[in-house]
Amino acid sequence: MRNLINILDLSVEEIAELISVADDIIANPAKYRHVCDDKILATLFFEPSTRTRLSFESAMLNLGGKVLGFSDANSSSSTKGESVADTVAVVSGYADIIAMRHPKEGAPMVAAMHSTIPVINAGDGGHYHPTQTLTDLLTIHHEKGRFDNLVIGLCGDLKFGRTVHSLIEAMSRYSGIRFVLISPEELKLPSFVKQEYIKDKNIDYVQSTSLEDVIGELDILYMTRVQRERFFNEEDYLRLKDSYILDKAKMEKAKADMIVLHPLPRVNEISTEVDDDPRACYFRQAHYGKFIRMALIMKLLEVKA
Amino acid sequence: MKVDSIVNGIVIDHIAAGKAMTLYRLLELDKLDCPVAVIQNAPSEFMGKKDIIKIDSDVDVNLDVIGYVSPNVTVNIIRNEEIVEKKHLSLPRKLTNIIRCKNPRCITTTEQGIDHIFMLRGEDRNEYRCYYCDAKP
Repeated sequence: MRNLINILDLSVEEIAELISVADDIIANPAKYRHVCDDKILATLFFEPSTRTRLSFESAMLNLGGKVLGFSDANSSSSTKGESVADTVAVVSGYADIIAMRHPKEGAPMVAAMHSTIPVINAGDGGHYHPTQTLTDLLTIHHEKGRFDNLVIGLCGDLKFGRTVHSLIEAMSRYSGIRFVLISPEELKLPSFVKQEYIKDKNIDYVQSTSLEDVIGELDILYMTRVQRERFFNEEDYLRLKDSYILDKAKMEKAKADMIVLHPLPRVNEISTEVDDDPRACYFRQAHYGKFIRMALIMKLLEVKA
Repeated sequence: MKVDSIVNGIVIDHIAAGKAMTLYRLLELDKLDCPVAVIQNAPSEFMGKKDIIKIDSDVDVNLDVIGYVSPNVTVNIIRNEEIVEKKHLSLPRKLTNIIRCKNPRCITTTEQGIDHIFMLRGEDRNEYRCYYCDAKP
């Protein structure tokens, strides 16, 4: 039985296979409409989410499966003090696969240790978010056509931005990658990510506090939101929330074929005036998420079209 | 200074100077009712100064704790006043319930009955990371 806790649980070859299946789903959706007819997805969302949960649910419904679960810890037994281990032990009897989001880092790992059905990490605190990374990879595949020889700028909250950590881990396995890490001092990339996935692999990188200074060299700009829910201190959040705003003036300094990605939701870090720019890929990116999650659910359930 | 040799038991030798009491606490040696000798700052040819712990009883000690607190320690098993086994310890690959994760966002802060596990990562750096959240100890 396979789980997906960290993007590195999947080999480069398996990611290529998932992307290939996702491409086929996009091209031939009817072929996949009943592959999960007798399967149930449990969405255990202990933290609010709109697009990730809906994307998972839409993915399962499009495969012919059914969905049950909760979208808020307040409507689950965790408010009564039930442990993650007990919750998944019970849910294992009601469903065939679990997608879990939890504010505590490592919760999906605990779930996987106690589950008898596959567990997908749908985001654990500021730690990992591997299905967002699969979404990002499918978007890069469609928009750039390659995973190697890319200059990737990651901008905003690199400290708590779990999508950033997972994307760096994933892209660090391809050749010719250069990372440009753009953040305020307080929200720099955690040392374990920088050490293990950039320095130890001798990957070229540079850190900057100015988006304007570096935007011209980027092939991909990955924008992130400064997340209020990750701060213990409201003052720190208010001080840092407007650190970087991408607008038309900054886009004029970017390459003609640079693409802008964002895991969404955005607050104000990308001005709406950028939305019409053909380089703005974030809404297309959100749509890709459903197809790659369909491919992932099929893989973990070991079903084929 | 003279400490009597032991008949059956364990001598934990080459402990980094100053670490013996940490080991004493983590190994819960205060709960033993046999003679236990803690020698601090003993002269050492190779280490300059070292600590030694002698336990005059055939007890099980958690070697992972010893390896974590003071790598390069030697554990001598004594039978009838003879050394019958010499174990050279290094940093253990996995620490279970020896240290606790300090990351307030880690699942171990709320989940009941969970093992606190740290894994050795980047062995050249001798660095431990929480198995669940990747935080440093």
